[in-house]
Amino acid sequence: MNATSPVARRQLHFPAVAASRFPYHRGSLLSVQDLTLEDVSHILARATALEDQDPLMRDRILAKRRVALLFYESSTRTRTSFELAAKSLGADTTLVSSLSSSIEKGETLKDTGLTLRALGAEAIILRHNASGAPWLLEDVTRLPVLNAGDGMHEHPTQALLDLRTILAHLRTGSESVSETTLAGVTVTIVGDILHSRVARSNMLLLPRLGAQVILCGPKELLPDLAANAGPGIAIERNFEVALRQSQAVMMLRIQAERLAGMQLDLEQYKVDYQLTGLRLETQAPTAVVLHPGPIIRGLELTAGVADGTQSAILEQVRNGVAIRMAVVERALLPREGGRA
Amino acid sequence: MIRNGHLIDPAAGVDAPKDILLKDGHVAEIAAPGKLKPIDGAEVIDAAGLTVTPGLIDIHVHLREPGQGYKETIATGTAAAAAGGFTAVAAMPNTVPVNDSIEVTRWMLAPERGAAIRVYPIAAATRGSKGEILNDFAALKSAGVVAVTDDGYPILKDSVMRETLAAAARVGLSVIQHAEDTRMTTGASMNAGPVAFKLGLRGMPPEAESSIVERDIRLVTELHDARVHLHVAHASTAAAVASVRQARRNGLRVTCEVAPHHFLLTEESVGQYDTNAKMNPPLRAAADRDAMIEAILDGVVDAIATDHAPHATHEKEVEFEHAPNGITGLETALGLCLRWLHKEWKMPLGRVLSLLSAQPAAVLGLKGRGTLIVGSFADVLVFDPKAEWTYRAHQGRSKAHNTPFDGWTMHGKVRWTISEGRVAYTSQN
Repeated sequence: MNATSPVARRQLHFPAVAASRFPYHRGSLLSVQDLTLEDVSHILARATALEDQDPLMRDRILAKRRVALLFYESSTRTRTSFELAAKSLGADTTLVSSLSSSIEKGETLKDTGLTLRALGAEAIILRHNASGAPWLLEDVTRLPVLNAGDGMHEHPTQALLDLRTILAHLRTGSESVSETTLAGVTVTIVGDILHSRVARSNMLLLPRLGAQVILCGPKELLPDLAANAGPGIAIERNFEVALRQSQAVMMLRIQAERLAGMQLDLEQYKVDYQLTGLRLETQAPTAVVLHPGPIIRGLELTAGVADGTQSAILEQVRNGVAIRMAVVERALLPREGGRA
Repeated sequence: MIRNGHLIDPAAGVDAPKDILLKDGHVAEIAAPGKLKPIDGAEVIDAAGLTVTPGLIDIHVHLREPGQGYKETIATGTAAAAAGGFTAVAAMPNTVPVNDSIEVTRWMLAPERGAAIRVYPIAAATRGSKGEILNDFAALKSAGVVAVTDDGYPILKDSVMRETLAAAARVGLSVIQHAEDTRMTTGASMNAGPVAFKLGLRGMPPEAESSIVERDIRLVTELHDARVHLHVAHASTAAAVASVRQARRNGLRVTCEVAPHHFLLTEESVGQYDTNAKMNPPLRAAADRDAMIEAILDGVVDAIATDHAPHATHEKEVEFEHAPNGITGLETALGLCLRWLHKEWKMPLGRVLSLLSAQPAAVLGLKGRGTLIVGSFADVLVFDPKAEWTYRAHQGRSKAHNTPFDGWTMHGKVRWTISEGRVAYTSQN
């Protein structure tokens, strides 16, 4: 719009956008954006403390508390690690998945959430294929809700466990984080950024600790506007150039289930963006390689890289249990585990 | 008889204190205050301090009947319209079944529906709104239809749209296009852009709207027939109104409407997945919203139309991507237009009212509506231009409460809505 248009001349005032409908429950974790760096430090510290604690003492922390896992999408790592995390704190867990429940009969998320609450659930861990579903669940149940991945939106515990993994490799396991903890660190996230909740949570969390995030991938899977999602995010479409600058590289799976008719030349994709042993050795011989899983060997990375010495993929899985113990504790013991 | 009011009738060029005599559903006489002879037994409305204007006309509403009475009925939808100052609404055909027949049209117009004000059915352009086979426009027109559209869906195929424009022109009907290239909007639930990316929602690019508007204007140009009238429903993008502006300069009969939410809100209102900010076309970027205001102020926009789209509460209390599109609008349009277009952005009152009455009547050729010259229908709105009030969705007349404007301050309070001489709504405070 040019400067002489009537609208520009009049300096229009607009109604303020309505403020958030929440405060959410203090124990909820819906988005990494809700966490202060103090919260992050606290979660990291509790993860380590809980991991180190005697299992027979640990299971008194949430003894007989009730945690529901509500899963609308399949999951191996996230579901199992949340379940193990809750159980190792002594909580009773119950799993409701969309394929073996009344969700199949058409029960809504609202009614499912209210039913779980009536059954005594004190917190709900939700994995859902629709972005934003945890906000709805929190709104209708007013229970602490832990977002275990919502559509293409966020996966906050994944970002926290990725952070723990990165800190272990690059900052000797530091737990107290600040704006400069990751200063000088470049993390490249590669592949299907568009459909990835892991990418969104990481690109919104890591720069707050001083890291530079490079997004790398073809236009179809990485729109230019992704760089505007927040500060400290840049786009580099040349994988070699991105790798060369990186201390950590996070490979993503191409999410065939979310492509929505998009045609993608997988052979070309592999040529441009597959992490091979040669690429890693020549461009980033010391970088730590992460992948949220599930990995597709031979597509986004080679089997050799997945199993290689730079791979931290299974470490991430282990960190998942520790981080999820900390956030489940925080959900149910907000005074001790929650934000200050 | 309405006495002591200030009459604003933009189509007649009147903006002065006048008394009005209504008789047998029509305007019988207009005179300077105190000059009309009192008639025994006639009801007298004292409009001192109030503005008297032609009843408002909304050429884009969804009344949901037949078939979806749980969302809204013709009775509740028109009651909401009357409460909002409207005396005529044009009802979109995406009902169940789709209004593509004279039977459905007649059913909608039957007295048993309990309409509080005048309802003008708009019929589907194609059978079942499938975008393939044209309906019988002549028959539909004789049954009372005022325009054709596949609203909710676009007429995508060039050949079908060309045929629709030509066939409608032959019988004197307007073609209303829901401009959306659905090939670009698969699975999308909000405007494409940084906000959608951040929320992890698929976006509808502005080009999905503007490309269809451009295509349609090209078809109108190619038809070389002055009777062809294309009306662009709920324009929401800068590019679309720019195309309409250019088409008008080229002498084409192309008109457009804008909904209040598109000149007031942006995609930021989606916030944390607020389903009351989900509609189609979606709330757009700030630059598009600003372009809507500019287009309204400079006269490219022919009508404010609400796209009143009621839904049951439970339908909106679901995951954002699964929620149906649309918000209500009939009870907020006047209050928002007066608060923002008139008070905030200094559009003359007469022009604001014209966009809500005279001009929409002209778009669809609704004879005897949108003006209060002697002989026209006694469709009158009497409102208090100074009143400010807070809109509470749950106190409304509509069955539905799906609105982003709940709790907003409105200007101008409807005191009487008179439809063809009968009081359809009144509020005495």
